[in-house]
Amino acid sequence: MKTTPRQLASSLAPPLALLIVSVACWQLVVVIWQIKPYLLPSPGNVIEAAIKHRHDLVSAIWWTGRAAGLGLTISILLGMTTALVFSQSRIVRRSFYPYAIALQTVPIVAIAPLIVIWFGEGFQSVVLVTVIISLFPVVTNVTTGLTSIDEGLHDLFQLNQASRWQLLVKLRIPLAIPSLVTGARTAAGLAVVGAIVGEFFTGASVQDRGLGYHVFSAVHTLQTNLLFNCVIAATLLGVGLFVVVSLAGRHLLGRWTAEMETH
Amino acid sequence: MLRYGTRPLGVGDGMISARQIKVSFSPQRSPVLDRLDLQVQQGEFVSVLGSSGCGKSTLLKTIAGLIIPLSGELQVGDPGSEDRTEIGFVFQDPTLLPWRNVLDNIRLPLELRSVSVESQLEVARECLELVGLAPEDASKYPRMLSGGMRMRVSLARALVTRPEILLLDEPFAALDDMLRQQLNEELLGIWQELHQTIVFVTHNVAEAVFLSQRVCLMQTGSGRLVDEVEIPFPQPRQAGLRAEADYARLVDSVSRRLRETVR
Repeated sequence: MKTTPRQLASSLAPPLALLIVSVACWQLVVVIWQIKPYLLPSPGNVIEAAIKHRHDLVSAIWWTGRAAGLGLTISILLGMTTALVFSQSRIVRRSFYPYAIALQTVPIVAIAPLIVIWFGEGFQSVVLVTVIISLFPVVTNVTTGLTSIDEGLHDLFQLNQASRWQLLVKLRIPLAIPSLVTGARTAAGLAVVGAIVGEFFTGASVQDRGLGYHVFSAVHTLQTNLLFNCVIAATLLGVGLFVVVSLAGRHLLGRWTAEMETH
Repeated sequence: MLRYGTRPLGVGDGMISARQIKVSFSPQRSPVLDRLDLQVQQGEFVSVLGSSGCGKSTLLKTIAGLIIPLSGELQVGDPGSEDRTEIGFVFQDPTLLPWRNVLDNIRLPLELRSVSVESQLEVARECLELVGLAPEDASKYPRMLSGGMRMRVSLARALVTRPEILLLDEPFAALDDMLRQQLNEELLGIWQELHQTIVFVTHNVAEAVFLSQRVCLMQTGSGRLVDEVEIPFPQPRQAGLRAEADYARLVDSVSRRLRETVR
């Protein structure tokens, strides 16, 4: 289905109008009550800061995006491998799976300083924090996908004396693709969180200053207008990564989707 | 005691010989099949008729080797042949792989047997034609097909190994009446051409009488075949048979005998 420019305009108009009204109200509030810029900068002030720090911001998005992207890629590959091992060995799955679940609940802000102590204040620590936070959604979703049983299809393969390998490659893995896409989408959102938290703790010593570093330094120097820009940039980065993964997933699921929509 | 086609040639042995078969899924519950007897001669078309939940599907899966009976004697296949007899199985649902197109779904059983790709495709195309699908349907995906066409693909997949025995588990139950009648006629045509031994499970009396040479009635609760009706109409049967008075009388008589098994 193609969307015509007119349809696109009519679906974009309401949120755009709301944005303009909100920004106008924000400006009014700041002017009427004469709010101090370090508490709430005006929209103009924020844009001013964005222009002033544009080089820093663009390079920060680049570094954070790189850490998040690399961490997410490692998570997906490592997560799939782990899930594959879990699906093939019942004893391994039953021993490790409870910990995989439990580790998800450990707050990342508590682990991040430890990672920095162990692996230094560099890019590698940022990526590692990203991997830790985004790995588990991939592992749990893909394991569920690989171990779920479609009885009819299973009977079909058994009737034809399929080997364990054929069953895995021709049935279980393709059946788990939708779960992989779900897991990767969740992981994409978390990867940006992981990268920023990681940068928070690696601090100013890193030459490659990401968004997390700028959040940290903006807070300590009361540059609230810069902080606003960091929040906006981080949001855009998160949305961007999510969209990339979703599009890749949709492409991968081309043959599945129509079937799933009807369910 | 289980034997698959390795028995020395004996008088009175058919293609399928089940004696005193007992199948139970849990020791606490009464057995699903209990001391069941069934003899099917080579090239015979037999229907197993019974209400839902009486164990018809279990019987079919037991013959196919998907369920191992607790006790009894089961011999499946040509007693004189050393090779394992090929069995085609058509499930109640089409059970197609959504990520494979029609032709790739049909050739799956051959693929699992490591037949060369060229002959896989060749035989799959023959079977596609045999079940009344057009060559241009070969590249379509299951989600693009109607329920009737999916069932045709499922039937073609069962035929692709050139089975001597064809087992059908209420294959047309989900289709509308007109389509079911049409597919019944086509199934008879395929049987006329290839002379497989067919066991057809259904709860539809008219369908069983129209298709088969012999109808076995299964009793709900006892897990046994309790009655048997010979269907004398000559082959090849045409659609016009349904309009004949003898046919209507026989359907009525089988229906009454089926009701008696419930009491």
